[in-house]
Amino acid sequence: MRFVNLAEAGKLNPLIPHTAELIVGFVAFSLLFIVLRSKVVPMFEKAFKERTNAIQGGMERAEQAQLEAQRALVQYNEQLSKAREEAQTLREEARVQGSAIIEELRTKAQEEAARITATAQASIEAERQQAITSLRGEVGALAVELASKIVGEALDDQARQSRVVDRFLDDLEKSK
Amino acid sequence: MRSLVRLSAEGEGFVPPSSNDFNLPPIFGDNAFTTKPIVMVFFSVILISIFFIAASRKAAVVPSKLQFAGESIYAFVRNDLARDVIGHEFMRFVPYLFTLFTFILTNNLFGIVPLLQFPTMSRVSFPYVLAVFTFVVFHYVGIRKQGLGKYLKDIMFMPGVPKPVYILLTPIELATFFLVRPLTLSLRLFANMFAGHLLLLVFIMGGDHLLKGVIGLKLVSPFAFAFGIGLTFFEFMVQCLQAYIFTLLTALYIAGALADEH
Repeated sequence: MRFVNLAEAGKLNPLIPHTAELIVGFVAFSLLFIVLRSKVVPMFEKAFKERTNAIQGGMERAEQAQLEAQRALVQYNEQLSKAREEAQTLREEARVQGSAIIEELRTKAQEEAARITATAQASIEAERQQAITSLRGEVGALAVELASKIVGEALDDQARQSRVVDRFLDDLEKSK
Repeated sequence: MRSLVRLSAEGEGFVPPSSNDFNLPPIFGDNAFTTKPIVMVFFSVILISIFFIAASRKAAVVPSKLQFAGESIYAFVRNDLARDVIGHEFMRFVPYLFTLFTFILTNNLFGIVPLLQFPTMSRVSFPYVLAVFTFVVFHYVGIRKQGLGKYLKDIMFMPGVPKPVYILLTPIELATFFLVRPLTLSLRLFANMFAGHLLLLVFIMGGDHLLKGVIGLKLVSPFAFAFGIGLTFFEFMVQCLQAYIFTLLTALYIAGALADEH
């Protein structure tokens, strides 16, 4: 009951404004408004605008870069295919040239081999002819000498006979 | 309320909190300008100014933590309240709405900040002042935009209504625009803060009083305190909400005054 009584007693009506508070409310709010409008709002707006610009500028730059990159890619691809074609022709040429060179070398080598063989055969033939000629003369002389020695000595026994042959051979060696 | 009556009936001398608890004496002598609410209002102005000036001083593209915090509050008022409600002309009203929101929010939150613990807006003078500001702003905007005659005519004679209805509608519309809007705006804020603070007082003073009682009452006292703490969180929500509602309604009134038809 007391609770109700207090309200009824009407000591203070909370709906009646207080003069000092009205003045202070007006002044304080106006002050705050002035400060926020002049110092804070422009700065935040500036930050927002700069951020928007930065993001937009960044996006435009990125687009530019992407375009350039695409252009470069196309260019590189063209160059690459051109280079490939070139390499292909070069390889083809090289193969043709290489086989030609090999063919030429082979013919040359065969010719050379034939030539060397021919020379060797000729010189062998010449040497053989020379040996035959010289042998013919020497064999004749030797046979005559041997026969004269055999005849000159009495060939009684086997031992003597072989001695004669040995001496002959020794002479032959010495004369060499 | 019944429990309060019963407690006082038990004769423990419990004095329930009343509107007298909102009438705080001056801190310095008899000077009416040094009461706690007045000091707190000035304190809030200093606090808000320092915080937002520090937060916006650099206006960097990549914000610091402080700048981000300030920007978030500013962007909330600017985009979610001003731009979405008012439309393309919103930028003119952002400073006013921003001041309104931060001012009310800070002063409301004083109600649960330890040591301060008094919502300034529970003193009806301050909501009155704010409502008068809003009243002046939205009427001024409407008159500037449409001319005094057309503005008043649009309020009194809403277009597209059969003539006899004006007998009923015109007084209602006039009362709405010139009396109900500022009154509800200020009283809603005041009453919420007043009632919230009273509720906290009841539970905390009640808990304190129970603690002084007999053993049975001592055991009940923690529940009163727990309720007080729970209600503090609830109050936090109400305080934020009321700051939002006041700003939102102001934006709506401005948008209405700017629109061609009401």
